[in-house]
Amino acid sequence: MAAGAGALAAAPGEVAQGVQELAEVVSARPVGAYTHLVLRAPEAARRARPGQFVACGTGDSGMLLRRSLSLHAADPEAGTLEVVVAAAGPGTRLLAAKRPGDTVSTTAPLGRPFPLPAPGTPAVVIGGGYGAAPLPWLAGQLVATGSRVVGIVGAASADRLLGTSAVDEATALDGVADAVVITTDDGSLGAPGRVTDALPEVLHELAELGEPVVYACGPMPMLRAVHTTTREALGDGASTWLAVEESMACGVGVCMTCVLPVAAVDDDGVTRTRMLRACTAGPVFDGDALRWDAIGAAEHLRGGALVPDDAVGAPKATGGH
Amino acid sequence: MSTAIMDLPNTSVDLSTSIGSLHLPAPTMTASGCAAAGAELAPYLDLSELGAVVTKSVMRQARSGRATPRMAETPSGMLNSIGLQGPGVESFAAHDLPVLEAAGARVVASIAGGDPEEFGELAARLARESAVGALEVNISCPNVANRGLVFACDPGASRAVLEAVSEAVRASGRPDLPVLAKLSPDVTDLVAVARACTDGGATGLTAINTTLGMVVDPVTLRPQLAGVTGGTSGPAIRPIAVRCVWQLTAAKRAGVLPDVPVVGAGGVASGADALQLIAVGACAVQVGTATFADPSAPVRVARELGAELARRGATRLADVVGIAHEPGRGLR
Repeated sequence: MAAGAGALAAAPGEVAQGVQELAEVVSARPVGAYTHLVLRAPEAARRARPGQFVACGTGDSGMLLRRSLSLHAADPEAGTLEVVVAAAGPGTRLLAAKRPGDTVSTTAPLGRPFPLPAPGTPAVVIGGGYGAAPLPWLAGQLVATGSRVVGIVGAASADRLLGTSAVDEATALDGVADAVVITTDDGSLGAPGRVTDALPEVLHELAELGEPVVYACGPMPMLRAVHTTTREALGDGASTWLAVEESMACGVGVCMTCVLPVAAVDDDGVTRTRMLRACTAGPVFDGDALRWDAIGAAEHLRGGALVPDDAVGAPKATGGH
Repeated sequence: MSTAIMDLPNTSVDLSTSIGSLHLPAPTMTASGCAAAGAELAPYLDLSELGAVVTKSVMRQARSGRATPRMAETPSGMLNSIGLQGPGVESFAAHDLPVLEAAGARVVASIAGGDPEEFGELAARLARESAVGALEVNISCPNVANRGLVFACDPGASRAVLEAVSEAVRASGRPDLPVLAKLSPDVTDLVAVARACTDGGATGLTAINTTLGMVVDPVTLRPQLAGVTGGTSGPAIRPIAVRCVWQLTAAKRAGVLPDVPVVGAGGVASGADALQLIAVGACAVQVGTATFADPSAPVRVARELGAELARRGATRLADVVGIAHEPGRGLR
């Protein structure tokens, strides 16, 4: 586990108690390539914190499983949750097509939120594509406790960006974070390259104010690169908190499909790896706890994770599960 | 979908039922592997209002389960390939069972093993736990590397497992602990396997487990699941479950099978779905995959079932069990 975790004022949050609400769509508008939805879910709005997610039903579509979307914001007074939907398949297309007055079955807030560092700790918030959704909310909380916050948002191309005023003011980090860096793989906006190309310089700058903590949300290869780059820049003790996008059937911890190999120190002081549910143990993980040697290790599985041989209860050479 | 369960009042219909010595005030249970340890559902329903919590299958040792992806969505269904992930029986007894007991839940402990001996050992161990109200013997999990280990595909293997379990239960000091055998639909002669289970000592049957399926990733043209094949569940398999419960009940009525309780499972998402399984002979139903979309589903289904029965003028669930087999017996 990260030695840098000692710098954090709060341990990762307790397991969330979600609530089911039939949420009315208050507003729906396009934001770049995505759709921003405001959902009336008063009880969830009262409980939610940055890094948590909402599991959305697709009604009578015949698709049984919920779509888990990270929360962009929650307004306890208005009783609303906000999400940014990327229409990636039939389920998310259906959600992205929602209009004001429609309803969405919601279970929220789910998962553990981003842990906040000691007041004043400098921070970087990094988002890939729609992964930037929770960053303005998180950045606002960090700034409010005296952190200097730099945002880095990136995407393959300008049309897939989120979190910058170049795409949309209301969902942007601009004006919340102290500075925002934009990268695109094809150079169509901001600096050409990846978010991690911009990261070392940002980290070295912030390090003059104190040991920075890094938050990131996006696809697994990006999270891996953020973890690696941060350690290269700041050393092995650097803190990274990574929100994963594992595919989930339930979001509430009962289906066991969204597991990842995660190392943790047990009560007896021994570090052991277990297949932990991203929905209840995550979606925010300590970057040092994720078993990168097993995540994404089988290319044909497109982002899946293997069970490390040393994991608790791993299959023996002769058998398999 | 996801109607707040508070909006569905309990009706005056008597929904109580029994699985041998285990009395259930309500006829719906969770389905094994669809409610984790049970406590995960506590924010969404009252565990004591359920007929019973059926636990994820417990094995002797901790087990990591399979690599991911473990899930693929299919039309009106899904495939899962978890691989019996769990902490092992001692952790289950020390951590999970007390939580269920404190919540007032009735517990059906699902057990799984690699051989009859492991099943027997687990039965003996869990019979010692007073919080366990029945055992469900998972002889039909499709997600094991060696398909030869799907005991429920072979009458002889099924009988050997049930003999080991029932022997352990008889020796446990709780000889009336109900033992449900969970059957697979992936067999040629379901009644023959069921008969092998009751010959081996099963005092009840659960039908059905998932049915083996597979999905190919459209991009890679490789199996989408890390485990290659997976168990298909959800409304897509409901007609198979209804057929299986019908066959088992018909066999009981014909005297081919002993008169043991049958618990129906497979694609139940509503009270009307549950009523189908009850009409063909199930005395209780399990709600599995529907829980993934609506974690309150196991309680909601019971309330909807009460409303379905009240609407038809029935006053007792027991009056409707198996009614599909009796053309002359009807409700309004």
